[in-house]
Amino acid sequence: MGSAPKATLTTDRRPRPVVRAARFAVAHVPGLVLAGSKPRRDIAAGGAETRAALRRALRSFQDAVGYPPHQVLLGTLAPEALREIPRPWHLRPLLGARPAGPGGAMIDEFGFYAWLARADTARLVHFAEDFAEELRPRLGDAAISTKGSAGLRGAIERHAEPLHLGDGRLIGAVMPGHDQDESLAAPVLLENFAAKTTGALALRCLLDAAGDPPDGEDDPVDYLIGCGEEAVGDRYQRGGGSLAKAIGELAGVRTAGACDVKAFCAGPLHGLLMAGALVASGMCRRVVVVAGGSLAKLGMKCRGHLAAGYPLLEDVLVGAAIDVAADDGRSPFLRVDTAAVHRIADGTAPHQMAQVLTVAPLRAAGLALGDVDRYAVELHNPDITEPAGSGDVPARNYQIIAALAAQAGEIARSEIPAFAEAHGMPGFSPTQGHIASAIAYLPHAVAGLTRGPFTRVQLVAKGSLFLGRMTELTDGVSILLERNAAQEPERRTA
Amino acid sequence: MIDFKDKLVLALGERDGIPAPALSTCVESVGGRVVYAATECFV
Repeated sequence: MGSAPKATLTTDRRPRPVVRAARFAVAHVPGLVLAGSKPRRDIAAGGAETRAALRRALRSFQDAVGYPPHQVLLGTLAPEALREIPRPWHLRPLLGARPAGPGGAMIDEFGFYAWLARADTARLVHFAEDFAEELRPRLGDAAISTKGSAGLRGAIERHAEPLHLGDGRLIGAVMPGHDQDESLAAPVLLENFAAKTTGALALRCLLDAAGDPPDGEDDPVDYLIGCGEEAVGDRYQRGGGSLAKAIGELAGVRTAGACDVKAFCAGPLHGLLMAGALVASGMCRRVVVVAGGSLAKLGMKCRGHLAAGYPLLEDVLVGAAIDVAADDGRSPFLRVDTAAVHRIADGTAPHQMAQVLTVAPLRAAGLALGDVDRYAVELHNPDITEPAGSGDVPARNYQIIAALAAQAGEIARSEIPAFAEAHGMPGFSPTQGHIASAIAYLPHAVAGLTRGPFTRVQLVAKGSLFLGRMTELTDGVSILLERNAAQEPERRTA
Repeated sequence: MIDFKDKLVLALGERDGIPAPALSTCVESVGGRVVYAATECFV
C-alpha cells in the first residue's frame, strides 16, 4: 500500500482487534433544519406559512443539550435511565446538562459554521461580512470567504444555497461547484460539507480523548474507513467518490490512507468489520471508522412533530468515529470470527434477518441468546418516530430477538417481555440512520465491557438497499464485542 | 377477514415490519393480484 514512509505495517503477528473507543460529534444546527429534504419539499408546497411554522418549532441549543436522549448519546446518561423519565422527553430537560461527555461533544451552530469554513478547501462557502466578524474568534488562523448582503442575495438567485441561523438570519451561502453539473449543485455540496465537517469533528474528538497506552506512544492512524451516507463525486461518478480522506485531512490526521464503504445505514458495521479484519491481518495497526452526519434527514418527521405540538427534534447532525486497534489488554475484543452478513439468498422478513444476524452467529460460537448482555439494534428515538407513525423501532427489534429465544426454548413464552427489557434498551439515537443503526451504543458498550459488568454486546445493523431502486433486497451486518480476556482476572478479584 | 380473490392490491411494506415481497406472497396465495409493491424505510 504505497512506498516509504509506510502508512501500514506487515507483521507476522495476527493481533486480535479491539474497539478502544467511539466518539460522536453532535452539531445542533437549527438553521439547517429547513434545508433537510422533507422541510424543503414542504416549504416548496406550503410557502411562507409552512416556513414560519417550522421555524417557530426549532429548539435552542440549551434545550438540545438538556434533551435526555442526547445526553445518552454523549455518554453521561445510561440508555436504561430513559425508562425512568416520562415521555415525551423534550418536556423533561436535564438540568445542568453539559454539551460534552465520555461519548462525545455537542456544538452549537456558530461552532459548526466555524468548522464548515475550515472544511471549505474549494472556497465555495461565503459568509456575510458581519457574521464573519462574529465567527472570527472561533476560526484561529483559518481563512474565510465573505460577501456583502447584496452579493449574497445575487448569488442565491444564481442557485447558491443559503445558510441561515435558527432565528432566520441569512449568514452566508454555498456556491455551486459547477454551473451545469447537478452532482455539484450547491444543496448537494452543502450536504457533503456537513458530512465532512461533522465526521472530522468526531475524529478530532476521538483523537483528542485517546490516552496513550501505558507502554508509550499511541499508534498513528494507518487507515480511515468512511461510512457516511452522502454521495460525493461529480457528474461522471456521482456518489463514487470518497470522503474519509477529506475528513482525516480536516481533522489534522497525516498518517492515514482512506476509502469509503457504502451500505446505507449498515455502512458503519461493514466498516467496523473491515477495520477489524485489517487489524487482525496485521496490515494496519490502527483503523478509525468515520462517518459524517446526514443533512438530508434533518426535519424528516417534521409534519408529525408539528401535529403533535413537539419541537422539531431532528435538528442535529451526528458524526461518528470508532477506534479499532490491536489488543491492548483492556478494550473489548471485536470478535470478527462472529461477524455475520445478510446474504443475497437470505430472507428479508424481520424474523429471518434476526435469525441470520443474531441467532446463527451466536450458535456458531457456542453461545445462547441469553449470553449477550445487550443487543445494540436500530436505536431510533421513539419520541422522534412515533409522532410520525413509525412506531418504536428498537422495541420491535427486541421483541423479535426475545421471540427467537422463546422459539429456541431458552426462555418461556411468558418471559419474552422480561428478556426484551433485560437485553434491550430504549431507543435514544437521532434519526441519522447510520448512527442509529447499532453504533450509537458503542461508548456505553465499551464502558460496560471494561469498567462495567458486561461480558458481551452484539451490534446488529440493517440497511435499506431497496431505497435505491436497484434491488428489493435489504442488508444487515452483526458482530460481537466481548470483554477482553486480560480483564477477566481483574474482574474476579474486584 | 378480507376476501382478496380477484382484488387488485397495493403492497406497501416496511423494513422493520413486513416487507413488500412477504405481503405480495400472502396476497397472491389467496387469489389477490398485486399491481404495485414497494418496501420503504420509515426511519
